[in-house]
Amino acid sequence: MTAPVLADALGPKAKRRAAAVSVVVAAVFAAVAVVALRRFADRGQLEWDRWRYFFKPQVLEFLWGGLYNTLSLAGRAMAVAVAAGFVLAMLRLARNGLLRWTSATWIEVFRGLPLVLQMFFAYLGLPKLGVDLAPSQAALVGLALYNSAILAEIFRAGILSLDRGQREAALGVGLTEGQAMRHVILPQALRRMIPALVSQLVTLLKDTSLALIVAYDELLRRFQLAAKGVTPSAELQGFILAAGVYIVICFSLSRFARRLEVRQRRRYRAGTIGVAGVEELTAVAPAGPGGAPTV
Amino acid sequence: MGPVLDNLDAYLSGMRTTATLTVVSFGVALVVGTLIASARISPVVPLRWAGAAYVELLRNTPLVVLMFLYYFGLPKIGLLFSGFTTAVLALSLYTGAFVAETVRSGVNSVATGQAEAARALGLTFPQTLATVIVPQALRTVAAPLGSLFIALIKNSAVAFTISVPELNGRVDRLITDTGQTIPLLVGAAVAYLLLTIPSGIALGVLERRVAIRR
Repeated sequence: MTAPVLADALGPKAKRRAAAVSVVVAAVFAAVAVVALRRFADRGQLEWDRWRYFFKPQVLEFLWGGLYNTLSLAGRAMAVAVAAGFVLAMLRLARNGLLRWTSATWIEVFRGLPLVLQMFFAYLGLPKLGVDLAPSQAALVGLALYNSAILAEIFRAGILSLDRGQREAALGVGLTEGQAMRHVILPQALRRMIPALVSQLVTLLKDTSLALIVAYDELLRRFQLAAKGVTPSAELQGFILAAGVYIVICFSLSRFARRLEVRQRRRYRAGTIGVAGVEELTAVAPAGPGGAPTV
Repeated sequence: MGPVLDNLDAYLSGMRTTATLTVVSFGVALVVGTLIASARISPVVPLRWAGAAYVELLRNTPLVVLMFLYYFGLPKIGLLFSGFTTAVLALSLYTGAFVAETVRSGVNSVATGQAEAARALGLTFPQTLATVIVPQALRTVAAPLGSLFIALIKNSAVAFTISVPELNGRVDRLITDTGQTIPLLVGAAVAYLLLTIPSGIALGVLERRVAIRR
């Protein structure tokens, strides 16, 4: 990005100075990298044996299974959360005050509690209430509870971001409230929400790693299990590789979300609601430069 | 609610740890985030790359992975920290990436005339940033920063995976010891809401105080 006028267009002298600073900065980074690598090397953490372990066929297959579990958990949780979030949002926008109040309270409570706690509830609490869940189901329930509350707010923000005139015009031509919602408001609102939904999917995908606390065999747990009791120890290497896998997946997805958003801004001129940490989505974000932070 | 009242001191000490963890991490995250944001908009190209790389790497790694990486990894290269310090490290570096993005968007929202005026007065880039742009930017992004703070309270629960005795970890322990799962979990939920709701209200007040209407 280029910051507008934060610094003048560089003249010859300033260019030289910027170049000099660049060289110094690059040198400092290189020095830091060398020190870090030396530190790794001195303690034998760069030994190929510690890394090679994770590329053995059986281990690789084991990890592959973990990745599959992670992705499938994320997919299922997202599907449930989208459906439940939609219902919650509709209730929160309902005419009936009791429905509105109930769903608002529900959303605020589950949005305000740590995901970890909700996983505990599904894994430790529900069995006490007579509902026994396998780890995969407990993880699903925890993720879906939390994310449905978050998604409900995204849906609501999307619907409220439409101009009032849309609904009024729809009612004016004789549609009922329900028809106006189905045929006029939702099609436009959903389109605006797509980037935010993809971006929430990224967050959800990252959060699936918390499923290891309910002993679900997802990617991170598989890395942890694979690195356990290996000589020479390979924990550090395992977690670095795990981070790498998550970064590749989430980075690509975030990029995709960003692309969707830019394309929509261009195509519909009217906005999307910002792709951001979902936290920023509670308010309806205006489109355009200087709106909600994007990506 | 007997089990909760019996263990009230455990709850209180857990809440205290959670609060400390959150406040300290948020302080560090603000500093880290502002520095990274400044790097990302500076005229020095390697700094910009480094800032962008930092944000992308940290933001796309799950928090638990960071916790594990620091907790199990750093000792392997001879860096020993307590669990609490490790948790602060993970939470603040992670949140720092989000703060950086937020601050950067705030900088973009400061009217260009401000930067132009600062430049016309002869301020250098660091001076322009530190005395004119960032103070205004921080005020415009007070609301999203507040949301990051609330998110941090919730995220601090992840620290229990590296055995920091914060609220969630305490409750997990009590559940193992007493088996009174439901009341203890409800107590934990109430305790978290006791932290998040007042923070939300306080942040709302603060936000109205500092907000700049444009």
